[in-house]
Amino acid sequence: MDDIATLLEPQIPALRRYAYALVRNHDVADDLVQDCLERAIARWYLRRGDGDLRAWLFTILRNRYISDFRQKRRRGTEVDIDAVALSIHPSQDDGLDTQDVLTALDRLSEEHKTVLLLVGVEDLSYEETANILGIPRGTVMSRLARARQSLRGLLDRGGATWLRRVK
Amino acid sequence: MNGSRAPIGEDDLQSFVDGRLAGERLALVEGYLGSNPEARTRVTLERQQRDALRAALQAKFAEPVPARLRVAAIRAARRRSWRQRVAAVAAALVLLVVGGAGGWFARGQSAASSSGTTTVTRDAVAAYRTFVVEVAHPVEVGAAQEAHLVRWLSKRLGRPLKAPDLARFGFRLMGGRLLSADAGAAAQLMYETDGGRRLTVYVQATQGGETAFRFRQDGETATFAWLDQGYGFAVTANSDRAELLPIAEVVYQSLDGAILQP
Repeated sequence: MDDIATLLEPQIPALRRYAYALVRNHDVADDLVQDCLERAIARWYLRRGDGDLRAWLFTILRNRYISDFRQKRRRGTEVDIDAVALSIHPSQDDGLDTQDVLTALDRLSEEHKTVLLLVGVEDLSYEETANILGIPRGTVMSRLARARQSLRGLLDRGGATWLRRVK
Repeated sequence: MNGSRAPIGEDDLQSFVDGRLAGERLALVEGYLGSNPEARTRVTLERQQRDALRAALQAKFAEPVPARLRVAAIRAARRRSWRQRVAAVAAALVLLVVGGAGGWFARGQSAASSSGTTTVTRDAVAAYRTFVVEVAHPVEVGAAQEAHLVRWLSKRLGRPLKAPDLARFGFRLMGGRLLSADAGAAAQLMYETDGGRRLTVYVQATQGGETAFRFRQDGETATFAWLDQGYGFAVTANSDRAELLPIAEVVYQSLDGAILQP
């Protein structure tokens, strides 16, 4: 049984990071991670022996996020994703650039957020990302291109502002 | 994937942004960017924004993990909820044991974790045996009316349902029927191979939390059952554990996904 802890615990920081980037609320993110871990432990024996644990965990987490969000919507307590984002206190005082990029991320669709996060932040391969999303690799590439274009567009509103800041 | 002669594509540029190109291909893309200032500006920006996103989330990654997310804490919570369920179903267990199903519990299994799945397994196997031999009317609504069938069963069950696609295992949907169970309605979907072997997917509302898969072999009849979000699920066929497990996994994934559909 202890191998579960040994294998799972090193993955938790990355799961928390992905969850936080999706929901942008520390407590809600940890609820999501907890839910993901509960499921992973309950279904540990369903895991394919040769499968990639990290990709499996991200798949569970993402499915939980999507189903929670839709369930809330069905119950009529719709949470406006922008409102969620805006209600969050800044995580760190890292300056404007950090907030800019996270605020821009909040405005993207879940699909676009997820490719940017899994590939760009979590360093998952394009193949792993394709498996997590259940789409072909080629679709990951085009979705990634569109997501980066959207992010660029959002950050480019101020045009020169962004360039100046990152330089 | 691309040979070195293939023209530069969007996927090359994305791989470049991610720093995942090497060797000849990298040199080619760098050459291309050297003569395309517009593309170069774009990928430079995208790289900066990628780095900015990583930097923005680094603090979250570095945070100490809260105690409640420790695997030990989650396991302890699971055990607590199981114990509560033991209390809740104790009476039912006594009845089951007295009623002759006791052998099942005497196998060193945790009674609590198997009680819900035992009920589902029992009902699923009974339904399987009743209808799998049925020649004239194996199903109430046939697969030709799949959309209607799924709508109807979902409505009566109070849960969005869809018919898992088991074609890769050689099982195609015949149709389904509505049954009664202890806690209300139950749905049975029936599948058949070209050779006439039948398999059922059984769903009923059930008390209890979620469990992992439980396997049971009754003579030739094998069943994987599990509980999830207030419903019990069972996949039953004249089969064995090795053959049925991958099918049950697909059913699980497919029905877990079904609740996403509004």
